[in-house]
Amino acid sequence: MSKTTRLLVLFIPLALFLGMTLFLLRGLFSDPTELSSALVGKPVPAFELPDIYDTDTMHTEAVLQGQPMLLNVWATWCPTCRAEHEYLNKLAAEGVPIVGLNYKDDSREKAVNWLNTLGDPYQLNLYDELGKVALEFGVYGAPETFIIDAQGRVVYRHVGDVNERVWEAKLRPLFECLQQGAQPCEV
Amino acid sequence: MRSLMTLVFGLSFMLLSQHATADQREFETAAQQQLYYELINELRCPKCQNQTIADSDAPLAKDLRDRSYDMVMAGQSKQQVIDFMVARYGDFVHYQPPMQWSTSILWLAPLLAIGLGIVVITFMVRSQKQQPVTLSAQEQARLKQLQQGADDDS
Repeated sequence: MSKTTRLLVLFIPLALFLGMTLFLLRGLFSDPTELSSALVGKPVPAFELPDIYDTDTMHTEAVLQGQPMLLNVWATWCPTCRAEHEYLNKLAAEGVPIVGLNYKDDSREKAVNWLNTLGDPYQLNLYDELGKVALEFGVYGAPETFIIDAQGRVVYRHVGDVNERVWEAKLRPLFECLQQGAQPCEV
Repeated sequence: MRSLMTLVFGLSFMLLSQHATADQREFETAAQQQLYYELINELRCPKCQNQTIADSDAPLAKDLRDRSYDMVMAGQSKQQVIDFMVARYGDFVHYQPPMQWSTSILWLAPLLAIGLGIVVITFMVRSQKQQPVTLSAQEQARLKQLQQGADDDS
């Protein structure tokens, strides 16, 4: 072996080490609990669910069409939902349309009571007692917030609470892009 | 000490028996039962990162077991149930990842490691063989003598 090849061989472990470092460094800043939705780019699943205030009124997937909107999955047993509720109220006051999906709540009364005391940012609220529709959406926890375009397609799913930081950094640019009707809109 | 051991044994037995009874289901055929258990041990709970839905006590895992059971009892095949789950929860939900560009490293990495090993070993063996032989002064003289002898013969 000549001197240069010998030197090169000696540097192989260093190169491998640096490669591994870069690869693992990325892992430090990624959140493994945040899964991207399998539904992105697809139309929302078909469903029929009662309204939370009046279980005789039924809603279908048609309520998620017509304009870009948020679909917020929430429940009273979910502390993070409580944390984001104020911010949802604020967004609703700014004119952002939000549809609620009440996910496997302890009871309907509790949920209605929550809306009456904390304010109701939702245009309407779907009451998913058994979580069967949430399963169609691939929901695996609460809160989750889907951004849905005017054609009723899922554009993005955010896991965790919606707050000032998330809204300004990720969701608002995407949402405003959808409102302007420009295509394609990406995060 | 002894009573503590008894307590620990007793408690773990209770846990075991509870686990076994938590998910009692009725099946019409043995094939359905086998398919159901195969599925819940191959589907991954989206909420709990590294547990199968059979392992996990999360409410979501129960929902997915219920759905798997319903689908098995409705006569759906294994692939149909898996496709149903993957369509909603993504590839994450299945413990056997599909072969595609982003997952190819799972298949290639072992082959690469073996390949690299072979290359390294070959290099090492070669460099061992090529070590120059140094002769002592005595040996040098003997070598010369032999060479001269050979020259004389020819």
